[in-house]
Amino acid sequence: MDNKKILIIGGGPAGLEAARQLLRLGWEPVIVEKTEQIGGHLSRWYKLFPDMMPASELLEQLTAGLEGAKVYLKTRVAYMNRLKDGYSIMLSNGTGIQCRAVLIASGFSLFDASKKEEYGYGVYDRVITNADLEAWFAGASDSRIPEHPRRIAFVHCVGSRDLKAGNSQCSKVCCMTAIKQAIEMKERFPDSGIWCFYMDLRLFGKKYEDFYINAQKDYGVHFVRGRVSEVSEAIDGSLVVKAEDTLAGTPVKLNADLLVLMAGMLCNADTATLARMVRSEVDSDGFLRSRDNIYRINESRRPGVFYAGACTGTKTIPETMAEARAAALDIHNYLCGND
Amino acid sequence: MIDFGFGLARSSAVELDKVDLSLYKELERLEPGIRKCIACGSCSATCTAGPWSGMSVRKLILNLQRGKDVSGMLSACMLCGKCSIVCPRGINTRQLILSLCRIYDNK
Repeated sequence: MDNKKILIIGGGPAGLEAARQLLRLGWEPVIVEKTEQIGGHLSRWYKLFPDMMPASELLEQLTAGLEGAKVYLKTRVAYMNRLKDGYSIMLSNGTGIQCRAVLIASGFSLFDASKKEEYGYGVYDRVITNADLEAWFAGASDSRIPEHPRRIAFVHCVGSRDLKAGNSQCSKVCCMTAIKQAIEMKERFPDSGIWCFYMDLRLFGKKYEDFYINAQKDYGVHFVRGRVSEVSEAIDGSLVVKAEDTLAGTPVKLNADLLVLMAGMLCNADTATLARMVRSEVDSDGFLRSRDNIYRINESRRPGVFYAGACTGTKTIPETMAEARAAALDIHNYLCGND
Repeated sequence: MIDFGFGLARSSAVELDKVDLSLYKELERLEPGIRKCIACGSCSATCTAGPWSGMSVRKLILNLQRGKDVSGMLSACMLCGKCSIVCPRGINTRQLILSLCRIYDNK
């Protein structure tokens, strides 16, 4: 097989950046995206921490260098056969592709917040998720968000660090997203009070801690350590939020007119199917299993099958960008026989 | 009213949207640094008076944020300032206690 094609499964940030780099290295990436547009979750986000860069700006940069890459939208991989020196792939649109390397960049799914029934997502009128709020920031209308919210509560770790919900992992980005969104809401509604209910604040990244201090110091966001136990609807449609203030050792209640649930990241439902198709493996957290989690995160245990981004675990966008570039270089070296 | 010999226990729940924050707001105006507290407890752990008197700057700030009276704790403070030295957020806790004493004095 001497063609230069490389199949990339997933047209989100990881797939786009890897494609961009592979093009520059002289290869012919073919992106297969299951939805009707590229960009993944990024295309539905408004602004990115820590510099409040518009998500659309990053997306523009990612897509700008894509001329020459083949992109199939609303397409999935139907089946994949291992050849002597590569793979023969049939797409759901009937296109056949033969290539020596496959990059899986299938990303993650957002936790379905209605599964945490105690928070009332989809039941009460004033409960939304982090993704709903981003869509609203970006201009979508949302009747659940009141015109002048007086009290807004954020619930951290919805579907993350939750064995009962089937996700023991930390989603990494939600603590910071909650603080970012709290600040954005405070800027829109300066008279509102904002409370964040958290188990731990995991602010590991560059400038994250600064965001936290600013949220306290400049925006007066209140942080309550304690997981929200239940939410009920008052007769006027407002919400009664109950939690334990674990620092004071007393139960607390808050009457809020908007509740934002920080839905976490989890593996896609079809991860196991995908893993079977490339004869790779799923890790204990449901994400794809890398060769190791330190040095060869981009590699599967199958020759010619590589990973980038959140398909192997929860990732920030900077981490995803770095992995996409690393994967592109790994693939280049693999195809050039530079091992 | 018939006396049944028992009554309803009062709920210990703090209603965050209803608590009286006037004292906290007044102190916050004088000492804006109070907002930066992350309740790490360094101040309380280093407090010389703490183990014997129940003095705790961490609890003091938290109680103020929950609208509770904290005057009882203040008399235990010896103003040694060790809490200010250890605070990772750089809150001048000694000054904060003095300002709070002043607010109580003016009442």
